[in-house]
Amino acid sequence: MHDLVQYIQSYLSSDKTPGAAGNIFWAVVYVLLVFVGLSIAVIAMNWLERKILAHMQVRLGPMRVGPHGLLQPIADALKLLLKEDIIPDEADKVVFWIAPFIVVLAAFTVFVVVPFGPTHAITDMNIGILFMLGVSSLSVLGIVTAGWASNSHYPLIGALRSSAQMVSYEVAMGLAVVSAIMMTSLNESSTGTLSMIGIVQSQLEQHQWFLFKFFPLGIVAFTIFAIAMVAETNRAPFDLPEAESELTAGFHTEYSGFRWSLFFLAEYSAMIAVSSIAVTLWLGGWLRPFPNALNGPTWDLAFSLIPGLTFLFLAGMCFYSTVRMPKHPLFRIQTMGLAGFGALLAAIGLVLFIPAVRVRVGDIFWFSAKVAGFMYLYIWYRGTFPRYRFDQLMKVGWKVLLPIGLALLIVTAAVGMRTELWAQVQGVFQR
Amino acid sequence: MNPTIAANPPVATPFFFYGLAAVMVIGGVLVITRKNAVHSALALITTLLAQAALYLMLYAPFVAGVQIILYAGGIMVLFLFVIMLISIERASRERQFNKQWLVGIAAAAALGGLLIAVYTTTSRGRMMFAEGRTSYVESQNTQAVASFLFDRSAGMYMFSFEIASLLLLVAIIGAVVMAKKRI
Repeated sequence: MHDLVQYIQSYLSSDKTPGAAGNIFWAVVYVLLVFVGLSIAVIAMNWLERKILAHMQVRLGPMRVGPHGLLQPIADALKLLLKEDIIPDEADKVVFWIAPFIVVLAAFTVFVVVPFGPTHAITDMNIGILFMLGVSSLSVLGIVTAGWASNSHYPLIGALRSSAQMVSYEVAMGLAVVSAIMMTSLNESSTGTLSMIGIVQSQLEQHQWFLFKFFPLGIVAFTIFAIAMVAETNRAPFDLPEAESELTAGFHTEYSGFRWSLFFLAEYSAMIAVSSIAVTLWLGGWLRPFPNALNGPTWDLAFSLIPGLTFLFLAGMCFYSTVRMPKHPLFRIQTMGLAGFGALLAAIGLVLFIPAVRVRVGDIFWFSAKVAGFMYLYIWYRGTFPRYRFDQLMKVGWKVLLPIGLALLIVTAAVGMRTELWAQVQGVFQR
Repeated sequence: MNPTIAANPPVATPFFFYGLAAVMVIGGVLVITRKNAVHSALALITTLLAQAALYLMLYAPFVAGVQIILYAGGIMVLFLFVIMLISIERASRERQFNKQWLVGIAAAAALGGLLIAVYTTTSRGRMMFAEGRTSYVESQNTQAVASFLFDRSAGMYMFSFEIASLLLLVAIIGAVVMAKKRI
């Protein structure tokens, strides 16, 4: 028993990820934490998307289930679980069964290497970014098999579109990623890294986010990735695989109930996954703003208060809405619910002010905040852009993003090696 | 970068090896026995993923990652893409097997003989392969592969690497020329 406690406690003083420390207990804890956190994030994203889209279109959005529709995603999830699960007679039963699980597995497995902080990752792999790109590209297999197994026209066309689209945009995405990885190699030993934690640490060492490195090369690479990642996750304006007006619901037309909800879950966690790749590669991962320019204990303290203050601000918004609730007796339970939600947020905010908690969650907060920015962008795109036509989609992928990506790769390499290149040129002239 | 034996001893190696090997063999058998081409392709994907896991066991994470990206994520998607466009009913009415017993038996016997030869020589204490094979620590595998390929002092396989990529380029251009009559 004592050994077990010691085994569990021994990790707390180390500065490694559980995978690197070889501690199975904490690895399992981290896996569970990531899984629960992701599920909560997907639920929150579901509510936020409906609310924000509604407000963009001057509607109210869900208002009935819970105060401001806060319980709507839970009601939706319950409905999906209780719904009849239909498998079409003509479908290929086994493949129809497996397809949603392939998508969910691919979407969740990538979070093994996502660095929420220098120690807050399940493990750190030497091939981190390759692993993320590879495993997330497996989700297209699930989509293709889902469309084929349904044995129906709309899903098949949706699956064909989806595979063509994802394979095309993976190329541009890979080129943008390689240009960011090349930037990691600009240090004394001139060896780069593919590890997700290593990439963020090299941004810390080089005193700048890769977004601003070799201005404007970093921004161009980031833009290519930001466009390609929307196409990779089949979201608007690249949501041709599930274009409602043409294909009903695309590859998951025949799916219902629990299996459909798996596709939903996978889509949103894939969005979070690609956003965290973008945050890790170009936006400094878990680093707080200005970790080098504004350092010292005072600034550290000031920045470590921000997570708690954010939650207190959200709680304040809740209380403000509580006051503004209609004073009718029918709204009493809703008002109490909203006040309770505000109190919960305030309690979380106060917990985040405890010094021991404060120093540990700062990195998770900054990482999540950056990812949340991307999630808002996704919703914003959906509310703003009209859908691309398929030939336009292919044109953007192959004739615009790919050539720019290739040129970017060469220019980044040349700028990174400029001193060596200059020495070579001088050597030629001296000879 | 000194080649060193990995610091942490591997966990449950035989268990994982036999598990993965079984998955690979079953997947491989399913690939050739399934009548439905999509089922065959799915079995092939399983085999390729198990193979990637075997590369991980050999301390070659880079090769494993590339295997997943290229084979499971890239090539197999194109396979499925093509297979999906085939009418299953018509394909199942076609002749399924080429009955070439003689060649098949000869090839199987040659492969089996090779396996037995390797096993018997190794079990008698003589190694068929170079001994003292060094494995790089896992945290430097990618860097080691890169320096072996490109470093002037270590390997200098740059030329053959570039030749291989040129070959691929020729194949791509050839495909475009064949597909498009007028460019």
